Amino acid sequence: MRKITYGEGIREALREKMLENKNVVLLGEDVGPYGGTFGVTKGLWEQFGEERVRDTPISEGVIVGASVGAAATGLRPVAELMFIDFLTFGMDGLVNQAAKMRYMFGGKISVPLVLRLPAGGGISAGAQHSGSLEAWVTHVPGLKVVYPSNARDAWGLMLTAIDDDNPVVYIESKVLYSQKIEVPDKVAPIPFGSAAVAREGADVSVITYGKQVHDSLKAAAALAKDGIEVEVIDLRSLYPLDKETIFKSVAKTHRALVVTEEVKRGGYGGELSALISEQCFDELDAPVVRIGALDSPVPYSQILESLVLPSVEDIVKGVKEMF
Amino acid sequence: MYRKMLSIRKFEKTASVFFAEGKIPGFVHLYIGEEAIAVGACANLRDDDYITSTHRGHGHIVAKGGNLKYMMAELFGKETGYCKGKGGSMHIADAELGILGANGIVGAGHLIATGAAWSAKYRGTDQVSVCFFGDASTNQSTFHEAMNLASLWKLPVIFVCENNLYGISVSQARHQNIQDISQRAIGYGMPALTADGNDVLTVYEKVGEAVSRARAGEGPTLLEFKTYRQHGHFEGDSGAYRPKEEVEAWLQKDPLPRLESHLLENGILTEEELEAIRQEVEEEIREALEFADASPYPAPESSVQDIYSDLIEEARIR
Repeated sequence: MRKITYGEGIREALREKMLENKNVVLLGEDVGPYGGTFGVTKGLWEQFGEERVRDTPISEGVIVGASVGAAATGLRPVAELMFIDFLTFGMDGLVNQAAKMRYMFGGKISVPLVLRLPAGGGISAGAQHSGSLEAWVTHVPGLKVVYPSNARDAWGLMLTAIDDDNPVVYIESKVLYSQKIEVPDKVAPIPFGSAAVAREGADVSVITYGKQVHDSLKAAAALAKDGIEVEVIDLRSLYPLDKETIFKSVAKTHRALVVTEEVKRGGYGGELSALISEQCFDELDAPVVRIGALDSPVPYSQILESLVLPSVEDIVKGVKEMF
Repeated sequence: MYRKMLSIRKFEKTASVFFAEGKIPGFVHLYIGEEAIAVGACANLRDDDYITSTHRGHGHIVAKGGNLKYMMAELFGKETGYCKGKGGSMHIADAELGILGANGIVGAGHLIATGAAWSAKYRGTDQVSVCFFGDASTNQSTFHEAMNLASLWKLPVIFVCENNLYGISVSQARHQNIQDISQRAIGYGMPALTADGNDVLTVYEKVGEAVSRARAGEGPTLLEFKTYRQHGHFEGDSGAYRPKEEVEAWLQKDPLPRLESHLLENGILTEEELEAIRQEVEEEIREALEFADASPYPAPESSVQDIYSDLIEEARIR
């Protein structure tokens, strides 16, 4: 066992796969000698060289689009965009090309690429560097979407992502990069579509992922003092989705609260909420509650940002209102 | 090359007729008049070289060695089509022939072709990647991002611009402030030229030089070939936005009769031999039609297959 950060978890998986398969290549802005904007790729350029860890021009269109072409012709590129917000420039390559190619071409072409997207707010990065856009990508058939909440999952999910023959959107919570936890010396791949029960509880199920897992655990600790036992489900993988674990938990607690950092309007939280409402209607003692950001761009000022983004208090309040 | 050009012409004429009769649904963009470019370019390529194609892609697929039966079946939306009836006219691909797909998104191919060239170079092969695209797509950011990266990384990609002088209904003079698209290569430090796209021998030669350079590790080239589409942008488009005189003048430059004259005048083929090729091509098209006609439509359950390599989407209750 040793303590590593979330960012190091990603790096360990990249290193492991690059050692294993020379067709795994990294590309993106500043991923080379600089080591990545958030330090994730530090040391990999020195270890694997220029051809395998490629700095690109600031051209998100070509980072994604060229990864599609490379993935369709034998490589397994892992592309990093500096912020998920810049996906707007790479959207065609991801949505109209990578996601649709296998289907349009009758199963004849695979696009095994991984797109790393640092997401979320909380660091006063302002409206164009704080996005939570999981709804954009979970809405697209052909894409798989994962969103780890800790170093171990970051490692295990990345191993699976690189081995997957489909385009995988790997969303990273940038406020978690420096979070350390104990992990085994070698982490096993985590299959997609398997949620983790981050905390067991009998009274209410909180369905969440990414940074909000940590917020939900804090809320659960606070609520326990009031005698409310919260079960926290860390989805880990948004598509494929581990419905079984969600439904099992709701069948036990009869209450569900969905927590996501995205703007609530049209968010993936709405999909989760609708799914639970449709499938678990007979089990529910209260309507499914969604906690998300206000319908607003993310503001810069700390005081405003903490107001717009969901907080531990919002989760506590949301749970209490269900009883 | 003559046979390939003729195959494209006949295939497209057939598609035109069947579209008019309502047997082919959706959008059909025909390559009639531009055959010399696909054929001249692909004559320099091996099966393992890559191409990316466009919404006007039938010609590229045939020129790269695509199977007429599977193409026709795809147009008819049949299970035996190249894409099991799920792609249609604009999305034909064949991994074994390096055809990375016709693409309905204007400008998307630039990036994919560049990525394929990067992959070839990385893997240490001497494969090349040919990107076919139209004049109007050179106004997309994808073109500029791809040109910059290809040049920077010295990738074995050949950008083949089929300048047919119109972006749908908008003439080149109304969509960009330059006459020759090859000028755009200057900004990327890339060799480029503009040539006659209705002369298959010119295309063959110019693309051949660029392919040799790419195989030798000397990087990308931008080639612009001026041409003209004889039909509207899509079947059903009258093309009324184009001056009659212009259409007439370009019909005089039709690449097929030009090649026929060249073959006859230089004693390469006799009229009888040309006629024999015409008959053979007719027969191939007939067979493709029969195959498409006799093939079954896709099974309903196939609508949610091939989305992922390993997952089947639930056919939801609506």
